Amino acid sequence: MKTRILGFVALAAVLAAAGFGLFVVPADLNQGDAQRIMYPHVASAWLAYLSFGVTALAGIGWLWRRDLRFDAVAVSSAEIGVMFTAFAIWGGMMWARPVWGTFWQWEDPRLTTTALLLALYVGYLLLRRLSDDPARRATRAAIVGLVAAVDIPIVHFSVIWWRGLHQGPTFLDPNKILHPAAPLPFVLALVGMVLAFTLTWSWLMIRRYQLARLQAGHEEAARYGRVVRARAKARGHETTMTSPIDSGDATEAAR
Amino acid sequence: MKDVAFVIAAYGVIIGGLGLYALALVRRLAAARRQSRPELRSDPADQGDGGRA
Repeated sequence: MKTRILGFVALAAVLAAAGFGLFVVPADLNQGDAQRIMYPHVASAWLAYLSFGVTALAGIGWLWRRDLRFDAVAVSSAEIGVMFTAFAIWGGMMWARPVWGTFWQWEDPRLTTTALLLALYVGYLLLRRLSDDPARRATRAAIVGLVAAVDIPIVHFSVIWWRGLHQGPTFLDPNKILHPAAPLPFVLALVGMVLAFTLTWSWLMIRRYQLARLQAGHEEAARYGRVVRARAKARGHETTMTSPIDSGDATEAAR
Repeated sequence: MKDVAFVIAAYGVIIGGLGLYALALVRRLAAARRQSRPELRSDPADQGDGGRA
């Protein structure tokens, strides 16, 4: 029930934040209406970082405690993170065309490392399909998730370490959104969208985790069923081989 | 409004995509719950052996 309420609150918050960003905040003096794309773009990028950070931490949790609930958190977070990374890239491209004059530039470190981040976590999700053994799959995924997480700080600091088209950090630069003279509607639109998206992320994480646990239960039940059938078959075969005279017991065991 | 097509494309895909993913997730969850046996619905792994079984 609480999760359902969270879902409705998140939905209302996203719609309100989108309405505010689209219709209430004035157009930027230099960038015009394209500036409005920044609100969902920055919020998506923040949630991509958060998701993959959670995937890495959950991977550590699995390796440390061998508890499959950590693996369920990891896969949930990775899937949601892939979606938000794709949104961040798409929003960035839609903003870049009118402002930079191009959708994409491979020479830009932020763009390229973000594309790499997306590829790494799509690979993470694909890797999980290679094994039916939950423990082996969780271990492999945890290692890949930890290695891929190295790209998160590289993406974030790429705008500081290297020169490119992409502007510097939005939140960490005191001369931008945190500057006292920053126009309040812009600040509210950005912070509001970040909060609304974070609420939505929380709801998605809860639901995706529930799904992952249910899937793990189905998988376990299927494995158990296979083992029981295999044992019954082996027992029936063994009985038939060792005491072919006692056909009644063998038939019973085979059942 | 200048660049309105880009703004609509950005918001449409991001907000619409978020909604579609949420909807798909709810449907996947409902299907998984239907598929579950009654004893699995309470998710015993979350309460008992920590899912290590």
